[in-house]
Amino acid sequence: MSQQNNPFRRYYLPFRGMFDPCPPLGPKVFVVPPNLLIGFQPPDFPQFPPLEALQKGTLWEPFFDYYESPYRK
Amino acid sequence: MWSYEKKLMYPVKVSTCNPTLAKYLMEQYGGADGELAAALRYLNQRYTIPDKVIGVLNDIGTEEFAHLEMIATMIYKLTKDATPDQLRAAGLVEHYVSHDSALFYNNAAGVPFTATYIQAKGDPIADLYEDIAAEEKARATYQWIIDQSDDPDLNDGLRFLREREIIHAQRFKEAVMLITEDREQKKVF
Amino acid sequence: MEKQLPKEYYTKLEAIQAIDFVIYDLVLYLNTHPDDAQAIQQYNYYAAYSSRLKTDFEACFGPLRFGMPVQNHQEWEWAEAPWPWQV
Repeated sequence: MSQQNNPFRRYYLPFRGMFDPCPPLGPKVFVVPPNLLIGFQPPDFPQFPPLEALQKGTLWEPFFDYYESPYRK
Repeated sequence: MWSYEKKLMYPVKVSTCNPTLAKYLMEQYGGADGELAAALRYLNQRYTIPDKVIGVLNDIGTEEFAHLEMIATMIYKLTKDATPDQLRAAGLVEHYVSHDSALFYNNAAGVPFTATYIQAKGDPIADLYEDIAAEEKARATYQWIIDQSDDPDLNDGLRFLREREIIHAQRFKEAVMLITEDREQKKVF
Repeated sequence: MEKQLPKEYYTKLEAIQAIDFVIYDLVLYLNTHPDDAQAIQQYNYYAAYSSRLKTDFEACFGPLRFGMPVQNHQEWEWAEAPWPWQV
């Protein structure tokens, strides 16, 4: 899990029973996307230049959240 | 009406001939939280939403058709030159015996699309909250597909689509805020 | 059909996709922020720029937009391949 510093991720540790057959995966991660933390978009939000905006899927920098599988090592 | 442009919204690429990934992508083609459901949901709800936010539903609904075309392109490219043997190995034999390599509005488990995937309650808050939930579900679905895919070019296109769900959810939440404000109520009466 | 598209087709198309993407995201923003004059100005700038890029692209590779005047009067190119999912 290389995303410990990502502000858009949260973790929880599920209760582990004595008879759970699979080895524990560790903390379970879930996404809290930028739209949950920003509210109504304020004026003068920073923008990406056009080609970068297309590549990232958003014109507005603060809404960008790159996703990588947490299971990928 | 709509007017067609002979281009995709985003340059879709796939790097491998991998029909298994095509099967996963059908979740976003004909699935409950897929792009078809999204387009039909918003474009149908727009008739009974306050004027102030019709544009939000209209334009996001329109963008969903551009996303549907991107998903279709991914499926098309991943299955285009696949042999019947390869399709069988990918778990697509049930699809193949009915459709050959034609696309169809099924989810990843082969369940055909149904109008019950979408809602229209006629209550602006109920409908907009449904739309926000739909965007978050579609975002999660893109995450689970990316978790299952090792095709870097495909994942690039899927990341674009996932990011759009975040923007759409943002605009739907702003729409809720706009119709929740009571500042303009005096003007109506 | 074994017609290969030149590299230029993809670079020019991506430039258009980028500008149209900015336009689209500005439209979604303006739908909930209709009083942002600066964003409207930016929208107008990119809308005019997009139109210029498309006219240039259409001169090289055939029609992109439905219902626009066409530059080739000898041959109807709209319904010719390639279509977007084929390139």
